[in-house]
Amino acid sequence: MAYSDKVVDHYNNPRNVGSLDKKDPSVGTGLVGAPECGDVMKLQIKINPETQVIEDAKFKTFGCGSAIASSSLATEWLKGRTVDDALAIKNTAIVKELNLPPVKIHCSVLAEDAIKAAVQDYQNKQAQPNKAEEAAGNA
Amino acid sequence: MALKLPIYMDYHATTPCDPRVFEAMRPYFTEVFGNAASRNHQFGWEAEEAVENARKQAADLIGASSKEIVFTSGATESDNLAIKGVADMYYERGDHIITAVTEHKAVLDSCKKLEKRGFKVTYLPIGPDGLLTPDDIKNAITDKTILVTIMMANNEIGVIQPISEIGKVCREKGVLFHTDATQAIGKIPFNVNELNVDLASFSGHKIYGPKGVGGLYVRRKNPRVVLVPMMDGGGHERGMRSGTLNVTGIVGLGTACEIAKNEMPAENERVLGLREKLRKGIMEEIPDVYVNGHSTQRLAGNLNMSFAYVEGESLLMGMNDIAVSSGSACTSASLEPSYVLKALGVGEELAHSSIRFGLGRFNTEEEVDYTIGRVNEAVNRLRELSPLWEMVQEGIDLSKVQWAGE
Repeated sequence: MAYSDKVVDHYNNPRNVGSLDKKDPSVGTGLVGAPECGDVMKLQIKINPETQVIEDAKFKTFGCGSAIASSSLATEWLKGRTVDDALAIKNTAIVKELNLPPVKIHCSVLAEDAIKAAVQDYQNKQAQPNKAEEAAGNA
Repeated sequence: MALKLPIYMDYHATTPCDPRVFEAMRPYFTEVFGNAASRNHQFGWEAEEAVENARKQAADLIGASSKEIVFTSGATESDNLAIKGVADMYYERGDHIITAVTEHKAVLDSCKKLEKRGFKVTYLPIGPDGLLTPDDIKNAITDKTILVTIMMANNEIGVIQPISEIGKVCREKGVLFHTDATQAIGKIPFNVNELNVDLASFSGHKIYGPKGVGGLYVRRKNPRVVLVPMMDGGGHERGMRSGTLNVTGIVGLGTACEIAKNEMPAENERVLGLREKLRKGIMEEIPDVYVNGHSTQRLAGNLNMSFAYVEGESLLMGMNDIAVSSGSACTSASLEPSYVLKALGVGEELAHSSIRFGLGRFNTEEEVDYTIGRVNEAVNRLRELSPLWEMVQEGIDLSKVQWAGE
């Protein structure tokens, strides 16, 4: 259990911890993982509908240090990107940046899943504005 | 005295060698280096005398006679020798072995190996407090049962099984009884006759002795137990364990046994005081903390707790100047959470959230105070980071959520 310096840094100083209003139509929420598996990530993005640029990103994670670091890093990378660029973020990039060992690769996969789920939730809300609240509740 | 970091609070994993043990061992590295089996010169005699002295120290701790102690490389070997040795010796009487799901892997995997060879093994479930009842054993014994193997104190949750009553059941049914007493011998009173045990495993490094040495108690009368050895060779240890004796280690083990015997009552009282201080200091400050295993029928130094909504490995990271262990999957090679906690019926999410504190001889009150502060600080910080904690604060029932990862 030797952590890379970057994992330790994100664990000690997590970026963008918190929550956005999940009822806001411009906010997409991704909730992935399960308590029984020992990992749950909630990742939220606030998107400017005009420009499709992610203006804010927040996370909360139940999981090991690598899971916390992966989601913290993801929020850092998401801010300022367009939705399309966000979807281009691959778990392998997270693995590389954080120097994750093979047993922790699933943490990076979960972070990628969380990004996709958050974007999907935002897109669902845009397509069906009146169902936005329900969608967020089921995320 | 200034607090020295990091703090060691993982005494179930291993213990530091007591300086008195180390001093007793010192001459046996370079001065008294003889082979205890050399019968024809002074060097051998001195080594043999040291071994026999240690054998008596170990026997005295558990109410046995010296001839009933077989020295091994540690409790894993002792467990293997007891279980496989009985199976190989008594297979004509029957092919059934009884054990419990919360045993140490040295016992479980020995049983699994025997299953592959055609033996039948019953793995008894345990109650929500981690304990078995004598009736559980009584009901599982058949006319084919040759061995019952139940640990005395559990290495993860510290619960103490009713060994004396289980031994009585075995005695009545004429079935041999082995106990893996690795965490018990030297920590709680242990008398082979009062407990009705026929075989008992123990280890040096769990009782402030050195690593790489342990022992197996093998009853010599009423009944006389015979084992088929696993090691063939020079016929050491009454033919049950060949191999040149680890004289230095054995001297250390013997000294550790003697110290344990003399200091056990006072040490238990002190360690129990520290553990209760730790438990209260945490539970009075943080909500949603659970103690795993029976609250009083447990080792004085053991405190196994689950901190709901916080993952165990991240908690270890948040208190990284305190050495403890976790039942979280992330800390295990198998990526499975603790099978002992799962057997208790603790939900998997709480198994992922568990921390085992193991207190012992050299822990101090100052260390406990510091630990309480660090634990509480880390749990509070991680809960602020936890989506589960947030959901619970919002009134969401986590058991009703449809998780995407399931």
